[in-house]
Amino acid sequence: MSVRATAAKKAGNMEGKPGQKKKGASLARRLRQSWQLYVMLLIPIIITIIYKYIPMYGIQIAFRDYKASKGYLGSEWVGLKWFQRFFSSPNCIRMIRNTVLLSLYSLLWSFPIPVILSLAINQLRFHRYKRVVQTVLYAPHFISTMIICGMLRIFLSPSGGLINLLLGTQIDFLTQSTAFRTIYIASGIWQDAGWGMIIYLATLASVDTTLYEVAKVDGASMFQRIKNIDFPALVPMMVLNLIMSAGGLMNVGFEKVWLLQTDLNKATSDVISVYVYQQGIENAKYSYSTAIGLFNTVINIILLIIVNKIASKASDVTFV
Amino acid sequence: MKTQKLHGLSDKTSDIILVILCTAIMLIVLYPLFYILIASVSDPYDVYAGKTFFFPSGFTLDGYKAVFADDSILMGLLNSFKYTVVGTLFSVIMIYLTAYPLSQHNMPGRKLISIFFIITMYFGGGLIPTYLVVRDTGLIGNMWALFLPGGVAVGNMIIVRNYIEHSLPGEVLEAARIDGAGHFQIFFQMIIPLSRAIMAVMVVFSMVAYWNDWFTSLIYLTSEQAPLALVLRSILIQSSTTAAQASTISGGYAELNKLTEMLKFCSIVVAAVPMLVVYPFVQKYFEKGFMAGAVKG
Repeated sequence: MSVRATAAKKAGNMEGKPGQKKKGASLARRLRQSWQLYVMLLIPIIITIIYKYIPMYGIQIAFRDYKASKGYLGSEWVGLKWFQRFFSSPNCIRMIRNTVLLSLYSLLWSFPIPVILSLAINQLRFHRYKRVVQTVLYAPHFISTMIICGMLRIFLSPSGGLINLLLGTQIDFLTQSTAFRTIYIASGIWQDAGWGMIIYLATLASVDTTLYEVAKVDGASMFQRIKNIDFPALVPMMVLNLIMSAGGLMNVGFEKVWLLQTDLNKATSDVISVYVYQQGIENAKYSYSTAIGLFNTVINIILLIIVNKIASKASDVTFV
Repeated sequence: MKTQKLHGLSDKTSDIILVILCTAIMLIVLYPLFYILIASVSDPYDVYAGKTFFFPSGFTLDGYKAVFADDSILMGLLNSFKYTVVGTLFSVIMIYLTAYPLSQHNMPGRKLISIFFIITMYFGGGLIPTYLVVRDTGLIGNMWALFLPGGVAVGNMIIVRNYIEHSLPGEVLEAARIDGAGHFQIFFQMIIPLSRAIMAVMVVFSMVAYWNDWFTSLIYLTSEQAPLALVLRSILIQSSTTAAQASTISGGYAELNKLTEMLKFCSIVVAAVPMLVVYPFVQKYFEKGFMAGAVKG
């Protein structure tokens, strides 16, 4: 975030000539000059207030016994009742553990792959081929989770699914709780590793090419050039990415887990976001569901703040 | 002359290894899609018997005939087209209406308004509070429930804002201002035509998001309003065949079973192909867009 902020500041300084000149202009004049801008912003701001900020205000139903007829403020205040109910529910620990582990393993496995891919692809010298590789690797990102999960169910089917055909077995993988995380993570890598490398490729594109020339003259091999020039150039972006992901550790994608969940793999696939959906939408327990969602969000914000602190100490990168 | 004294592999060898490696990765990525494509024109029994690893077996287009004869799938397709067109239009307009003002450093309150939008990237009301607002504003069963709660796609908006700030000729825009052009005029006559490249990216990103979305429809819309991706849920995940589909079959249970399986492969192809065909056209723009939007800021 603050990479953005500092960059904006820098940009402001660099392109600041017009800005500087007008700084002297009175506020009234600047307001008069900007009325058309406010008109443009009007609709986005109204929609954001209604659909983003009012729901934030509505979070208070986590502490109330929400009844539609009584509204937000009219519903009875029950304090931490819903949180207590969640923490004393039999599957609470399992859900928290599954959420954190799925997310953590996912991060550990899928984080390095885009880096490696981008380092390799950046070295390709035949531009048309490079373009083709990129196009192919981006493709899965544009497919709906619904289709991905449909394909997974086909490939993992015990009778004639591709994986079982290749292994010569008849295992029903989706009923095995030990296989769930592998399925989730591997398919996630297949779908998004290519997309994840865009940001690294963009960073590598800005590496000074004279460094390569110098390295070549010195007789550095391709691997050495990657190790000593490319990789160090990626480190700041990697740190940034890692931090952002750490801040979303409790955010397990609902869609894929819900579509791949079966009664038999719940030991590892039972996660908070699915429970929030089931309690809230399917069972219409609005307050209870909101409370669990809020718990999730609060943990995320705490993680983001901690990670942000560590990051701002480790580098001059800060967030928000 | 020094170049001959390489440490490790020569560049030529490395190049060859690299090309082999990248080709292998491409095959891994492509094969599952290729397999589904082949299966969609094969006899499903051959597919499950492992006869279609590389080539179709018992070539047939019956699956596709069944897909395009199925009312629920056709309705899903129609709904998806409608939501994608309207939603994309809405999203891109919202992005531009926000991005241009926020790129103007002279606007009083710019920073505050930026923060107002950026907060929504990191914090939200969550599932149920949002659901209640959508319900209370009367959008249950209304197509706009798919678009309005999304508000402004802030991440994309920032990419466009940065593009306007850094990639458009600032002097020209400034000159237009000095000549007395209003913001509306500059917006419509200069910003929009000059930023077509990044607009194409935004159009594709929005299209993909709406085409692939099913969860929002699941919560807010009725089953007749379901987009294709949600219709596919009953076929792909719940593996069920509707009475209408079953009635097109003259044979017994085995035939029905066959149809169910063929429908899976073919509907995947029908649902995935539109987006896979579109994105390569704007690929070079989104790569640049990420550079302008993410690296700089």
